[in-house]
Amino acid sequence: MKEVELNTTTINFGPQHPAAHGVLRLVVELEGEVVQRAEPHIGLLHRGTEKLIEYKTYLQAVPYFDRLDYVSPMCQEHAFALATENLLGINVPERAKYIRVIFAEITRILNHLLNIPAYAADIGAVTPFLWCFEEREKLLEFHEAVSGARFHAAYFRPGGVHQDMPEGMEEKLFDHFKTLPKFIDDLESLLTNNRILRQRSVDIGIISKSEAIEWGCSGPVLRSAGVAWDLRRSQPYDAYNQVDFEVPVGKKGDCFDRYLVRIEEMRQSISIINQCLNKIKPGPISIEDNKITPPKRNQMKKSMEALIHHFKLFTEGYRVPAGQVYSAVEAPKGEFGVYLVSDGSSKPYRCKIRAPGFAHLQTLDHLSKGHLMADIAAILGSLDIVFGEIDR
Amino acid sequence: MLNILNKINGINNVIENNNNLLEIEFEKNNIIKIFNELRDNTELNFNQLLDITAVDYPSREFRFDLIYILQSLKKNKKIILKTFIKENENIESITNIHKSADWYERECYDLFGIEFINHPDLRRIMTDYNFEGYPLRKDFPLTGHTEVRYDDLEKKVIYEPVKLTQEFRNFDSESPWEGMENKLFGDEKSTGEN
Repeated sequence: MKEVELNTTTINFGPQHPAAHGVLRLVVELEGEVVQRAEPHIGLLHRGTEKLIEYKTYLQAVPYFDRLDYVSPMCQEHAFALATENLLGINVPERAKYIRVIFAEITRILNHLLNIPAYAADIGAVTPFLWCFEEREKLLEFHEAVSGARFHAAYFRPGGVHQDMPEGMEEKLFDHFKTLPKFIDDLESLLTNNRILRQRSVDIGIISKSEAIEWGCSGPVLRSAGVAWDLRRSQPYDAYNQVDFEVPVGKKGDCFDRYLVRIEEMRQSISIINQCLNKIKPGPISIEDNKITPPKRNQMKKSMEALIHHFKLFTEGYRVPAGQVYSAVEAPKGEFGVYLVSDGSSKPYRCKIRAPGFAHLQTLDHLSKGHLMADIAAILGSLDIVFGEIDR
Repeated sequence: MLNILNKINGINNVIENNNNLLEIEFEKNNIIKIFNELRDNTELNFNQLLDITAVDYPSREFRFDLIYILQSLKKNKKIILKTFIKENENIESITNIHKSADWYERECYDLFGIEFINHPDLRRIMTDYNFEGYPLRKDFPLTGHTEVRYDDLEKKVIYEPVKLTQEFRNFDSESPWEGMENKLFGDEKSTGEN
């Protein structure tokens, strides 16, 4: 029998490593410094969200969605709200749709403002990180103004949104998004033509069109491979059919393309927000059916009926007709879907969460094969991995 | 599209949902053929597998609904495929057809205990190393069976059976009154002709 000598080193990367973007454990097999195999071990942040949701009413389930992908909370509430509304067979008022689109896009900018500098930091640039956090803080103030919380907003609820935007918010948003394009230009001047960034990201982690589809990729990862696919465009929900925007696509599908797609998406998001601000009109912000959305506070002081509704909503919750539905939104990271099964009671029978990062992380082994160990950090950063949603 | 789907051998029931979504029931023995057909038929082109999941109904003989969600980028359509399997039954893996099925099937195996034949690497994925039980089954308690803590004497993290300081409370606030007809004896006389 012939003996074959294997000259590989197996190392353990993470779960406590800043470039692992959370609690990722990677078992990497190296030949010299070249990656032969990278096997992610996930689940270290598994909290059983899907199981917990089965024991909560539909309204109580909303906050769990903030805690999945904790850098883009509102987009995930959006998917759950759409799924529940679909089962209930209700249609939210126009103003709520616009508010949702505005805040979904703010969330998208927030997400990209974290991912881009984190990616840059992974491959050697520190300044963008500091710059972007300042901008993020300003955007988070808008989150706080409408929902009271910077991150865990629980703002998009089945039936509409929790409360109306405070007075003068439209003007403030309008003013803010006048200045943001300048910031994105500045950010680009730091990064796009930077020699180090290019050396570390061009031609690294290439994924082809057909591979991206096969592996279930979505969002910027799929678009960077050259597939012009965006759920906001192809299967529009809420007010996305009222706005005009472009879908940026990449050419090669490498890390640099993914970076460029995200930069351009931020610009498009600003344009979407401005269009929404021009079109939004005063009106109700949630459906006026007290069987599903709670009555106004002052009504509760006067009307027995309103008080009963309030009590019933926050104890029993509303009953959702039996059925199943799959609703997906274009979250900043890709297609975020909720598969909801109702048995007719006030609690979901099953709630499966389809996280984009789960599919993306799966491609890591494929993407990093043949690259250097240091490129794994670049590939991970460019895939936009957040463990809250992957581990659920 | 409905006609083409109905013609595929092994597909039993195609229902058009209210929002551009098709729900399809199929026979589990034909899974490989069906998924190949769905992907390769140019009229269908369901080339992206979005998710695999299951729903547990402990009282049924065919305990699990196994759900596959497919998307066709070309036709801009999503379909939900459903099949029924018994508790100790297994099903053919589709990793050869859709690469992304790998982790989805592992997750399904981990959380429901459904085995996929010919899967290249069927291990647990979400739960802890050496975990026992299938957490998303309805008979698995919400609190789980074990908890961990750092033991100062042994200088390591140890596993213990779950001890709750307060008993687990699952309030049933479901009201029996909703939707009951408010019928009073003799009421029929007020509307009737007599």
